[in-house]
Amino acid sequence: MSTATTTTKSTKQSTVTFAAALNAALADEMADNDMVVVCGEDVGTLGGVFRITEGLTQQFGESRCFDTPLAESGIAGTAVGMALGGARPVIEMQFDAFAYPAFEQIASHIAKMRNRTKGRAPLPITIRVPYGGGIGGVEHHCDSSESYYAHTPGLKVYTPATVSDAYLMLRAAIRLDDPVVFMEPKKLYWTKSEVSLEELRAEFEARWAKVESARDQGEAWARASVARTGDDVTLVTYGPSVVTCLAAAEAAAQEGRSVEVVDLRTINPLDEDTVAASVEKTGRAVVVAEPQGFASVASELVARIQQRCFHSLAAPVLRVTGFDIPYPAPMLEKYHLPNVDRILDAIDDLQWDETALRSPEGVR
Amino acid sequence: MRVTAEQDADRTTTEVPWAEQSAQSFGITIEDYLLPTHGRIQLISPEGALLPVEEQGSTPGHEYPMPDHETLLNAYRQLVIGRRVNDQNHALVRQGRMAVYPSSHGQEASEVAAALCLDARDWLFPTYRDTVAVLARGVAPLDVMTSFRGDWHCGYDPIEHRTAAQSTPLTTQLLHAVGLAQAARLKGEDTVVLGMVGDGGTSEGDFHEALNFAAVFKLPVIFFVQNNKYAISVPIAKQTAAPSIAHKAVGYGVAGERVDGNDLAALLAVLGRAVSLCREGGGPFLVEADTYRMQAHTNADDATRYRHDEEVAEWQHKDPLKRMRSYLTEANVLNDDVETEITEAAENVARGLREAMSVQPELHPLELFDHVYTVQTPQLAAQRAQLAEELEREGAGS
Repeated sequence: MSTATTTTKSTKQSTVTFAAALNAALADEMADNDMVVVCGEDVGTLGGVFRITEGLTQQFGESRCFDTPLAESGIAGTAVGMALGGARPVIEMQFDAFAYPAFEQIASHIAKMRNRTKGRAPLPITIRVPYGGGIGGVEHHCDSSESYYAHTPGLKVYTPATVSDAYLMLRAAIRLDDPVVFMEPKKLYWTKSEVSLEELRAEFEARWAKVESARDQGEAWARASVARTGDDVTLVTYGPSVVTCLAAAEAAAQEGRSVEVVDLRTINPLDEDTVAASVEKTGRAVVVAEPQGFASVASELVARIQQRCFHSLAAPVLRVTGFDIPYPAPMLEKYHLPNVDRILDAIDDLQWDETALRSPEGVR
Repeated sequence: MRVTAEQDADRTTTEVPWAEQSAQSFGITIEDYLLPTHGRIQLISPEGALLPVEEQGSTPGHEYPMPDHETLLNAYRQLVIGRRVNDQNHALVRQGRMAVYPSSHGQEASEVAAALCLDARDWLFPTYRDTVAVLARGVAPLDVMTSFRGDWHCGYDPIEHRTAAQSTPLTTQLLHAVGLAQAARLKGEDTVVLGMVGDGGTSEGDFHEALNFAAVFKLPVIFFVQNNKYAISVPIAKQTAAPSIAHKAVGYGVAGERVDGNDLAALLAVLGRAVSLCREGGGPFLVEADTYRMQAHTNADDATRYRHDEEVAEWQHKDPLKRMRSYLTEANVLNDDVETEITEAAENVARGLREAMSVQPELHPLELFDHVYTVQTPQLAAQRAQLAEELEREGAGS
């Protein structure tokens, strides 16, 4: 299901950043449907603090992309009314922890409106949340808040890890009739890929045509991807940690271990089949994610892998996550975030030598 | 018609501040326009007499004409039905046939006016207590009562009726009202949106955000506050130190007006003008209705713990229904025949509700999974299959 690799030989390819791919996705959806509206704090004239909405106001006018007063509950709450009125709002939360004042609107209304009205009032809202650490941000700028959204029925939670997925998944999220919390890994905004936006556009149209005919609204995107193949152990991860896991896999290869990396892409829906197929093949698994591990997406993944792959497992499933602490100050974040060494240590702990079982203390 | 980028640019370069424009149209200053009148607008006395102009509480620019008799009679009809439904539902809760009912007994004039001031093209955003307003919007009684009976959270189609699901979280719905107005503008529609809230709800942060958004974007939203004096047990004095809730509007650049919430004629007049102003681009508008909740917050509440009988008795005297009946009878609009016909109509609604509530609702447990997402996730499909199997086993065992 890898999308980037199909375009690498194109003559039209050029260097596209993750941020530019998101910007192109927004512009393309706005051009395609004039009920798509982008709003939030600083998204207009400034083009967003990360420039994801750059040029949209100039291109589509202030009625389609506009700055709101500085009020996250207001941004999410007005999106509910806009969607009821037939618009497809794409709202920006600017930073993960800034979204907490909007949580009531998200949990009490955005997530529940379809259900409470028996499907008569779906809310096609895309909530863009730049999230995660590793950028040296000060307090409230680096939270990994995905577990809150994943825990809330009625929301879908997407988190791309590649430039191609950033483009394709954001367009799909906007077209979905379900609300999608679109988690954008901040530390990947400046990553680059040699891709062609033209070819991505064509790929999106082709895939969406199939989606519509199957009445399968965007589920075609709800598939995990195998970001790297391997035989000895599976790293299950998503979003910002995909890059870290790929680096760990590379390092492990130097030590003679063949590591497979599964990128979930979407946390809800969760593609358990791809995860299970990989773990059944390798017999060992480590779940890697940035947020605190207690009661998290990572815990959920471990539980499901143990339950589903029990008879294929040669070792307990381990986790490498952040510690169960409030997100630390920038100079300390390197001690908190999953890194290559910690992932390699976890791989070493997977009972390769059954006579020398190491203590599973700590977070892994 | 959609708003183009050019029209957008037009609006931001040539605008005259809307509140300034409205003030000019009344020949008053913007301060006099934004601030409510000193007291409150009241057209009919508690005894049912048309008040002389000097006692209506109006000031220049804040004069309101009496609605015509046809409008008042139609509204009175809804008032009688609303009172009957409130009391019927109160009884159904006591009989254990309805899970809970937050009654608006005593506030029905405000409820009815909120619905009747709007056209079919407009939108209403009610709270959990605003059942009578939803009924007056034309939603079938049983569909409104579904959520209080307990078989599904909202029993009607909000989009078909242009009436949002009754909101339980406080004040969140005012932001929805603002967003709806934004979408309507995007589509080039002249929809007016009315959001309802109680006095307690004005303390929530969303109240501030909604008024501020609406004012900044100059949206046609009426914020209709039913000040019924208590947020469960907490009195209005502990919600705000402002002279009135209507006074809060001026800080946002929004016009505020305070009206006797038990005077149906005054409510229709004030809300009617608010709708006209909003329709013409002169909104938003905040209207505070000075009213009283005669019964407890819900069946789980004991109102005698926080308020005195004398206070309740005093408001009994201001009852909106008796007041409008006296006025219309005196004006020869209402006679015994019309009164009988209206009473029968209300009884029919009550009977229909009683009968419907005595029938055990047909529940479809597997529907629990049907409306969460457009397409069931694999996890939900598995849980649905589990429940289906449990139900089958239960059926086989019985």
